[in-house]
Amino acid sequence: MSLNFLAILPEILILIVAILILILDPFWKDESRRTNLGWLTAGGLAAALILSLLIGRPSDPTFAWGGMVRFDWLAFAFKMAFLFASAITALFFMDAERLGNRAEAYLLLLAATIGMNLMAAASDLVMLYLAIETTSIPMYVLAGFMLDDNKSTEAGFKYMLFGAATSAIFLYGLSLVYGFSGTTHLETMRSYFTTLNPISVGVLFLLIVGLGFKVSLVPFHFWAPDTYEGAPTSVAGLLSTASKAAGMAVLIRLFITAFPQVHGNWQLILAILAALSMTLGNLVALTQKNLKRLLAYSSIAHAGYALVGVVAANQLGLEGIVYYLIAYILTNLAAFGVIAAFGRVTGTDEIRAFDGMSRRAPSLALVMLVAFLSLAGMPPFGGFIAKVLVFAAAIQAGWIWLVVVGVINSVVGVYYYLTVMKYVYLYRLEGENEEALPIPVTRPQLIALVVLTVGIVLAGTVFGPWFSLSTKAALSLFF
Amino acid sequence: MQFPILSLIVFAPLVVAVIMLAMKPTAKNEIRVTALAAAVFDLALSGWMYYQVYIHPSLEYQFIEKYDWLPALGISLHFGVDGMSAPLVLLTGIVMFTGVLISWGIDDRPREFFAFLFLLAGGVFGVFVSLDLFMLFFFYEIAVFPMYLLIAIWGWKVTREYAAMKLTLYLFIGSVFSLIGALAMYFVNGQMTGVYTFDMLLLEKAGFSAAFQGLWFLPTFMGFAILGGIFPFHNWSPDGHVAAPTAVSMFHAGVLMKLGAFAALRVGIMLLPEGAKQWGWLIFSLAMVNVVYGAFIAMIQTDMKYVIGFSSVSHMGLVALGFSTLTREGMLGAGVQMFSHGIMTALFFASVGMVYDRAHTRQIPELGGMVKPLPWVAIAFIIGSLVSMGMPGFSGFIAEFPIFMGVWQIKGWAAILASISIVITAAYVLLVVRRAFFGELPQQFEHHISPITALDKIAIITLCTLMVVIGVAPWVMTPMVSTGVENILRILGGA
Repeated sequence: MSLNFLAILPEILILIVAILILILDPFWKDESRRTNLGWLTAGGLAAALILSLLIGRPSDPTFAWGGMVRFDWLAFAFKMAFLFASAITALFFMDAERLGNRAEAYLLLLAATIGMNLMAAASDLVMLYLAIETTSIPMYVLAGFMLDDNKSTEAGFKYMLFGAATSAIFLYGLSLVYGFSGTTHLETMRSYFTTLNPISVGVLFLLIVGLGFKVSLVPFHFWAPDTYEGAPTSVAGLLSTASKAAGMAVLIRLFITAFPQVHGNWQLILAILAALSMTLGNLVALTQKNLKRLLAYSSIAHAGYALVGVVAANQLGLEGIVYYLIAYILTNLAAFGVIAAFGRVTGTDEIRAFDGMSRRAPSLALVMLVAFLSLAGMPPFGGFIAKVLVFAAAIQAGWIWLVVVGVINSVVGVYYYLTVMKYVYLYRLEGENEEALPIPVTRPQLIALVVLTVGIVLAGTVFGPWFSLSTKAALSLFF
Repeated sequence: MQFPILSLIVFAPLVVAVIMLAMKPTAKNEIRVTALAAAVFDLALSGWMYYQVYIHPSLEYQFIEKYDWLPALGISLHFGVDGMSAPLVLLTGIVMFTGVLISWGIDDRPREFFAFLFLLAGGVFGVFVSLDLFMLFFFYEIAVFPMYLLIAIWGWKVTREYAAMKLTLYLFIGSVFSLIGALAMYFVNGQMTGVYTFDMLLLEKAGFSAAFQGLWFLPTFMGFAILGGIFPFHNWSPDGHVAAPTAVSMFHAGVLMKLGAFAALRVGIMLLPEGAKQWGWLIFSLAMVNVVYGAFIAMIQTDMKYVIGFSSVSHMGLVALGFSTLTREGMLGAGVQMFSHGIMTALFFASVGMVYDRAHTRQIPELGGMVKPLPWVAIAFIIGSLVSMGMPGFSGFIAEFPIFMGVWQIKGWAAILASISIVITAAYVLLVVRRAFFGELPQQFEHHISPITALDKIAIITLCTLMVVIGVAPWVMTPMVSTGVENILRILGGA
């Protein structure tokens, strides 16, 4: 197979799955449609993942399709993570009311996955912008999928308005970059941005606005809580993990590849944004009554932690951020998965409703405990290693104040994550016999949650393989 | 390759915890038996390990195991014990075994209870045997978070939520500051030698500059010492003891506080010896406050658990005091004190728990005459009291006497001041003995106090025997601890 095709092998495979869905969907009826669609999507994505791992691994970084995409380990690592996240999300889709039996939902999911994959690989401004829009537009629709639910409609609409506005700003930034450097190719434009000047600061700021929206950094985060709360839970899970990781991948590639010589400028801007995101995200999360909103603010804080690795901008920092995003995808998908499974039965995601959950569903409660402790950065879960790596990188690069801010913030995080666990494990349902109100978990949910839990524990104990993947991804940027 | 005994000791509880979580929640007895079997297994292994270290005294680390874990960052799974840590491993085994016996009656979700307790135990073992700084933190954090759940879920209803959160936040804040110090050591050592490693045996030889050590000693040492209950960060500890269920109090005061003191020694003093010399006066003063102030506060408490809780603050102050002298005698005493105090508080909390389970109050004025329905508990409590006031013939004396010898070498008047605490300790423990166990048995308790179970008896006999054995035959422990002390003094002298 030629290199060009190898470079976009995962995307081709996703496209095949999408075409299969389009062809087969009309033949399926009612209940079988829901299960067939879900298993086909999840299975197809899993097959694509395995096939890409077997034959689609990159060697030395090369450009494909006339420099539009870069075929390297950074892109590959992220693509695998996105395929995994989408497969898991497809499993969660199957049990979502009025979503799981619609072929459109799965198609939009697949389209968004193609977009995210291309975001991770794009090395040309045109490709980059197209990839971002390919991801965003299906996501807007998915967030607002429940047309008869006002909150969902609001979520989709808000997401779209914010997205459109920041996208325009981002595009303006890209046009300036092109105007000043005369090229759309990331690698060649670095020779233009060599000196610190007001122009490059302005351009950087415009780009940061666009990407800050994707990864929900403060002050571009306002859409996140409303969108997460209103969107179907499984969609919110995808938004908070893969979509955010894709934005982060672009951020890394853009700043490290195109602006390495003016890092003094963007490092300070990003450091301030990271500190703001961590602090505001965690503080506001303290007051939340709705678990999805709480996770939205927590995901804002986590974007801040991950950004610490970009600020450090050294090898360990990049390794740390890749590791962070892998661990975070596993963890947050599990958290949203539990909420989806719980919400399917109880119809609510208020924190108060989780009273007595450990008695109603001991195993589900255990998965939630694992996910929340991992979010809080406790071993032996992935979140611990990830946090240590990004903080270590920042210490190595001399950003001590940022690490102190981060560390204090993780203490705040521990507080509210444990508070949620208090509802799950400690409080009782008033006047009810909890054992008589079990929360059944469907087979797709069970598979997804087991895979995620094992993944979280593996990422926190056997860190060798994950770390060497992160190292390959980080090193591929420096050639 | 020798038999990997330390890995077995560390990972057995963790594996058993996962197995228990996979068992049916309703199979309560099977879960209890599994827990007991695992605890006996770990106790046997740690006892055998202790015996081996005892008959082969050495200045070097023994039972060394080293596996590369993440070579790219210099992280390895590196285990080993010396004269300082071997008694603590044994202590953990004993407390784990007695803790399981005492918790037999827990009926609310025993599956989760024992699983979390074993996660905690695995983390504690891991810290005591780790010779890799990263792994030490890894296990340290594993030991901290189950405490929250154990206290919040099975604790005393009145204060459990508050106490559990307070404890977790204090310990977490402490550990992250220590972690920053550890990372600083890692990078500075890497820049100096070109070898980035978390191996503590290599970091000991790093030869950090005096300025670096002076800067980082305090955050590193104090971060861990918070878990050792050092003033002014001791506040979480009595609250935590009081709110925790019996077995968790035993673990908490018996083992976890040692974890803090031990990690402060191993990371703070042994890796930054120059810093320890610069800041020794501060640690010394804080520990003096612990010893005296803790004893006074214990005296005015009316809740039995608070009395024991503050007495722990006072006794752990003696450990920190012994370390801060940086003398042979002081450190030897501190090493023995960690073991002795661990057994003693475990016994105290076990007895108080047995009284509370039956009388449903721990208020000393409401109790009385408990010796009649609960003779075993009364005897155990009295033995614990004798140890606690440093009576010759019990382990407390063997521990405290050398500490005061060490303190005398630093400041004569400080030894006199600190020894006041012995008098106060005698006053408050004997007061508890007299009011709670002797005198009239209050009317409402007549015929309502059931005798303790056979399992409870095994637990308290085990603990009492150990304290007497060390008291009359100190040679079963002191030579071993002194090899550990020699090792530390070698580092202090060579820096």
